[in-house]
Amino acid sequence: MKKSKADHIFHICLAIFMVLFVVITLYPVLNTLAISFNNGLDAVKGGIHLWPRKFTLENYAKVLKRQNLVQGAVITVLRTVIGTLTSLAANALLAFIVSRKRFLFRRGMSLFWVITMYVNGGMIPTFILYKSLGLTNSFWVYIIPGMVSAFNMLVLRTYMEGIPDSLEESAQLDGAGYFTIFAKIISPLCLPVYATVALFVAVGQWNSWFDAMLYNRMSEQYTTLQYELMKLLSSVMNQTGSVDSMKNAASSVTPVSIRSAATILTMLPIVCLYPFLQRYFVTGLTIGGVKE
Amino acid sequence: MRKKKGNTPNAKKITWAEIKRQKFLLIWSAIFILYGIIFYYVPLGGWIMAFQNYKPAKGFLGSDFVGLDKFKFLFTDSTFLQVIRNTFAMGVLILISTFVMAIVFAILLNEMRSMKGKKVVQTISYLPHFLSWIIVTGILHDALSGTGIVNEVLMKLGLIKQTVNFFAKPGYFWPIVAFANVWKETGWNAIIYLAAITAIDPSLYEAAAIDGAGRWAKIRHITLPGIRPTIMILLLINIGNVLNAGFEVQYLLGNGLVQSVSQTIDIYILKWGISQFDYSLGTAAGIFKSAVSIGLVIIANQIAKRTGEDKLF
Repeated sequence: MKKSKADHIFHICLAIFMVLFVVITLYPVLNTLAISFNNGLDAVKGGIHLWPRKFTLENYAKVLKRQNLVQGAVITVLRTVIGTLTSLAANALLAFIVSRKRFLFRRGMSLFWVITMYVNGGMIPTFILYKSLGLTNSFWVYIIPGMVSAFNMLVLRTYMEGIPDSLEESAQLDGAGYFTIFAKIISPLCLPVYATVALFVAVGQWNSWFDAMLYNRMSEQYTTLQYELMKLLSSVMNQTGSVDSMKNAASSVTPVSIRSAATILTMLPIVCLYPFLQRYFVTGLTIGGVKE
Repeated sequence: MRKKKGNTPNAKKITWAEIKRQKFLLIWSAIFILYGIIFYYVPLGGWIMAFQNYKPAKGFLGSDFVGLDKFKFLFTDSTFLQVIRNTFAMGVLILISTFVMAIVFAILLNEMRSMKGKKVVQTISYLPHFLSWIIVTGILHDALSGTGIVNEVLMKLGLIKQTVNFFAKPGYFWPIVAFANVWKETGWNAIIYLAAITAIDPSLYEAAAIDGAGRWAKIRHITLPGIRPTIMILLLINIGNVLNAGFEVQYLLGNGLVQSVSQTIDIYILKWGISQFDYSLGTAAGIFKSAVSIGLVIIANQIAKRTGEDKLF
């Protein structure tokens, strides 16, 4: 009986740990949600936890009226959709090439890309390159430079290597060329891993802000949601002298409340989607981890 | 990388018939190589700037060579030495804390009896991974602010008398950065350990139970050795990334008051290279960072080879 009592205590402690874990994970997010629905001036007093004290939709109304944020949202959606499709297509094709057993330069081609995972030119040479290619102050800086990634390519390659060669051989006997084999035979079998890679790329595109700041600082028309959010964050952190706080002094909206509303809107698509995509990223991570 | 015997490239013959047959593969390979050279290999040529007094107007050929002057400047600049210390300290702190937390979380999650509870906790635990650093630092800033939850709880517990301004004291900065990483990545990093734990042969646990092993004995002698290869591989990969672990959080949360502990190599490069237009100095600092990273990967790989673990390459 002694043993089962110890077991009981262990499971109670475990449950407490897990509840604490969930609270620490969710509380800051839910708190931001509550603040986003609360009157801005009232929120400054503090004491808002999981529920707004003075309910208002004004913060959201202000956010949706901000030209920069709306423009940022449009660009973010565009870069996520275009970036994900092009990157998936490019990585899948490259993985297909290096996973063909008969391909003449298979090892060399793999090595060429694996090296890029360990050696890179660094921030400044890359910046100068993009500038001389005309990629700065342009939308395409979000799409073209990151299109091929050695890591995603390796995940796809590992999966493709697991597909029996006999499928390819029998298709070749029927006269199929490599493009047909890629599009009609290999790709349909790779849909789960395509979903995984697409998910990784899409989340990366949605969340990135540094490229917007570094390459498109001067072009407001190519701003992104996260970069606009970052500007709001710094206006909160250095509240003194912020143009926004002075402009809004008369209304009940503060930089904090605006930022909370913008934060919630930015994370909304991800929060709604990720629980349904779980099985894809779990498989993808396991393939990538085992291989790497 | 795995090598398969019996299918080495030497076995393949380059003949015209084969080239014609592989036309599709070869044409696309050429396009990918061209792309790779432009976007990954050409920037390496930019390293030459580190040995020049590079002026954009004069270009790579016209700028004066200054030898190792830029490196000499770096290593006599007390700020840069401070920046190296910060980058290493935070990188190691993040590496250790996220590793330990992910392993502990995975083992504890595996001990849960309720499948439904396990699923719910795990789903919630992934959430922060999908949020950008902008969002994470924003809500962390709120939680740690004067009216935030952390100050409120500490006040209620009587641990502090006045609210603490966490972002004004250098002493808090490193722990905050480590916590931010643990908060964001624990659930995500645990996925791979959970997969490794599930792969352990259940009969081992049954045999141990017959021998009278308790919960801790099972964890120590079966679970931990079972996930050891996974831990080692991930450790190897991440050691090479130690210097990359410090940019976004530090950039977003750092401020003038904590500058001495918050600046990392990447921030230094950004400041000198992009804001001050000293491309040469920024490149030199970047080369230093690359060299140390590659050195770390090679050392980690050697250690793995000695101890008989899987190695990276």
